[in-house]
Amino acid sequence: MTDATIPMVKAEEVRKHFGRLEVLKGITLEVGRGEVFCIVGPSGSGKSTFLRCINHLEKVDAGRLVVDGELVGYREDGGKLYELKEREVAAKREQIGMVFQRFNLFPHMSVLENVIEAPIRVAGIAKAAATERAVQLLERVGLADKRAAYPNHLSGGQQQRVAIARALAMAPKLMLFDEPTSALDPELVGEVLDVMRNLADEGMTMVVVTHEMGFAREVGDQLVFMDAGVVVESGRPRDVLTAPQHERTKSFLSKVL
Amino acid sequence: MKSPADRHVLSTGTAVAAPHPGASLTAVPVRHPWRWVAIFVVLMLAAMLVSTIVTNPNFEWDVVGKYFTSETILQGLWMTLLLTVLVMVLGILLGILLAVMRLSPNPVLSGASGLYIWFFRGTPVLVQLLVWFNLAALFPRISVGIPFGPEFMVLDANALITPFVAALLGLGLNEAAYMAEIVRAGIHSVDEGQTEAAQALGMRRSLTMRRIVLPQAMRVIIPPTGNEVISMLKTTSLVSVISLADLLYSSQIISSRTFQIIPLLILASIWYLIVTTILTMIQSRIERRYSRGNRRADPDSLWLRLWRNLTRFHTAPPSQAPLSETGGIR
Repeated sequence: MTDATIPMVKAEEVRKHFGRLEVLKGITLEVGRGEVFCIVGPSGSGKSTFLRCINHLEKVDAGRLVVDGELVGYREDGGKLYELKEREVAAKREQIGMVFQRFNLFPHMSVLENVIEAPIRVAGIAKAAATERAVQLLERVGLADKRAAYPNHLSGGQQQRVAIARALAMAPKLMLFDEPTSALDPELVGEVLDVMRNLADEGMTMVVVTHEMGFAREVGDQLVFMDAGVVVESGRPRDVLTAPQHERTKSFLSKVL
Repeated sequence: MKSPADRHVLSTGTAVAAPHPGASLTAVPVRHPWRWVAIFVVLMLAAMLVSTIVTNPNFEWDVVGKYFTSETILQGLWMTLLLTVLVMVLGILLGILLAVMRLSPNPVLSGASGLYIWFFRGTPVLVQLLVWFNLAALFPRISVGIPFGPEFMVLDANALITPFVAALLGLGLNEAAYMAEIVRAGIHSVDEGQTEAAQALGMRRSLTMRRIVLPQAMRVIIPPTGNEVISMLKTTSLVSVISLADLLYSSQIISSRTFQIIPLLILASIWYLIVTTILTMIQSRIERRYSRGNRRADPDSLWLRLWRNLTRFHTAPPSQAPLSETGGIR
């Protein structure tokens, strides 16, 4: 099943519109295994929408979006795409971890309960085993001592690290990050980026929508610049960030760097 | 801890070290002379009220005492409690169904729910009670069968709609409309991001609703539901118009015989107060339970403190309770 030669994410002419507004106007890209793939661009460029399409939080209207060799949210049969049943979509989402801009931790559960909820209820792992693994993950993000705390009593950076541990608890093969540091106070950004950097070093495939150009340059293997629903420019982060080819990229980077 | 003598030495020390002009000034809080006037007026009114309650013989406190735990009254109290519980169960279950229908993407379901809520909230509950009680005038016979097809069972509406059934339907269907709005507001109050996070973890809709959305919605649903229960306890007194022997009707049975109207109304009021007080204490406890993890939880209410003290008294005498556990030392 895990063929090392096929890419983790493969998008071909992916289109999406909300009402009459076309947000994705044919996105084509490929994310290799173990790659850190950064997406940058102004707000409204469609980068978050594209990320949400990868785990079918948004439905693709046209084009093919393939994760690990399988279509996302659809089944192809006789030249048509049939939308998958909820159960099948959920089963695919289990293998794709997602980290949100606003953390979205479950506020009525303790840190530990947040991390073991899906392994127990969705993957059917025994509570003792799930707890053991959760504690290991919390140690990895440096928050093992906070396991009994509730999310609202943690700083933004700590909440986001718990959110990463929660996503990792399902042992995903791909991690999606939707502007993971945008809601954080500047001095808390570093601790979250450190966790992400470690994750990248361990070989996790990551798609990261971010405004942290330093992180993209240092950790990223590929970078695309999106604007108005299209990929304007792509390449190695260092190349795109230091020597952008397109006017639009240049003007965007001159504002954020 | 410093002894007063230490503090004295310290303060003289600083005064010597920093002899600036402000050092010896003491702050005087703003005075509120009108507060004392208000306190006096309120206390005087309270004293007058207590005095007249105790001395006015027309209150007939002996009559209140005589009938307070009489058979008729206790049966009426039981009927009031039973009716409140059954009506609320009916109202909550139907209310959840209506709320889910209202939020459904299916326009027929959400429209039907909206129409129901519009009608039952828009007409007086007293009128609804009377209509249900007189349903036999509208539909003399009620049949069970295939719609527009054969009938399997035919029932006499007069026999089917007893005062109790009329009360249950009249109050329950009305309550469902209010509960539907409360549940809907609760579900709406939970951030969309919670559902997305749950789905991203592979949780299905039903599991997400059960484990993530509803527990958080409860924090919004429970306080008004508690109010509804307390309000319903008193609203059940309306059933006396359809001759159902609840607490109020039972006290009226006695007063119509003895003509001691005021003491029996007082008696009924005292029972209503006792039950609402207990319900309020239970409500505080449940609210407390569902506000877990919420930073802005209310401080302990008077009722909760009272409840804790009462229950603690039962389990362990205060003298034996360790001070650190009760938070006595800060």
